[in-house]
Amino acid sequence: MHDDIVIRVVAKVMIPAVMLFALYVQFHGDYGPGGGFQAGVIFASAFVLNAVVFGLNKGRHVWPARYNLMGICGGVLLYGFTGVAGMVLGKNFLNFNVLSSDPVAGQHLGILLVEFGVGLTVAAVMVMLFFTFAGRTAHLRLLSKSDAHERKVSASKTAKKVKK
Amino acid sequence: MAGFLVNASLIALLALIAILALRLHRLFAVVMLSGAFSLVAAAQFVVLDAVDVAFTEAAVGAGISTVLALATLSLLPAQEKPHSISLVPAFLATLTGLLLAVAVSDLPVFGDPKAPIHNHVAPEYIIGSEQAIGVPNIVTSVLASYRSFDTFGETLVVFTAVLAVLLIIGGYTRTPQKPKKAKRKTKGSQNA
Repeated sequence: MHDDIVIRVVAKVMIPAVMLFALYVQFHGDYGPGGGFQAGVIFASAFVLNAVVFGLNKGRHVWPARYNLMGICGGVLLYGFTGVAGMVLGKNFLNFNVLSSDPVAGQHLGILLVEFGVGLTVAAVMVMLFFTFAGRTAHLRLLSKSDAHERKVSASKTAKKVKK
Repeated sequence: MAGFLVNASLIALLALIAILALRLHRLFAVVMLSGAFSLVAAAQFVVLDAVDVAFTEAAVGAGISTVLALATLSLLPAQEKPHSISLVPAFLATLTGLLLAVAVSDLPVFGDPKAPIHNHVAPEYIIGSEQAIGVPNIVTSVLASYRSFDTFGETLVVFTAVLAVLLIIGGYTRTPQKPKKAKRKTKGSQNA
């Protein structure tokens, strides 16, 4: 897979296009089909494609794990605080009318923020799920090389040797 | 007539893929078939004018879940274990299917403007989406504004799901592990 030049070249062309398309789906969701959830999944699929074609390690380089958790929590918090902003400005939770002086503009702003929160969370979640599952393979391969029983036996042997 | 032909062929294709996926024992083929199932289902949603749902189905069902299933597949043997057909689940599935088929005859005709679902809150949403919210895509205005609580709940569901996955196989251990080998392994999984 890693040596297949056709897949590599096509992936290199496709990945930026996929990410751009995800942004289009994210911010054009008011006018066309799409929204935060779909955009998040498409954005994540660009990183998944990168990791599948160029290998997990190179894939991790462009999406480090600590930003994953920040993205997951940040999206949910952005959604929640957009709702709380409505409460602070004197209306119900998640009432977007008061976010701006004009109710329609407020709704636009609220929907944009909320959808961005959803997109951020979903994208980070999907990438994290993929890397967790795919990393599991390497983890289990290591485990199977020396399974728990063998490790115990060798540990007890070394302990005996040390005693001697 | 053309619409009927398209619907019938899509449904037939769905049924064919489902039966093939049940019959096959090579797990790789089954995963690929489930991706194909999602893609055909997405085409069906497009025919039903549910473009947003089709979008999600194609991206999640055919895209991400196929990749996740493939990642899981690398941990499994290539062949499914041979098993005999068990009668009770087969009977229950057939019974449920028959009951659903009977219930479908009670549903209003597809696209019927007099159906209750089109006369409750839907007119308000259609008018309000244009005037009060100013968003041409009604699906977005319902999802993000009218039903914002539900969407918040869905986001929290996704958040909770990934937390659960990370807690189970994310490699976050509470106790430091003593053997050197095991220590290196947990580090490797944390990077995952």
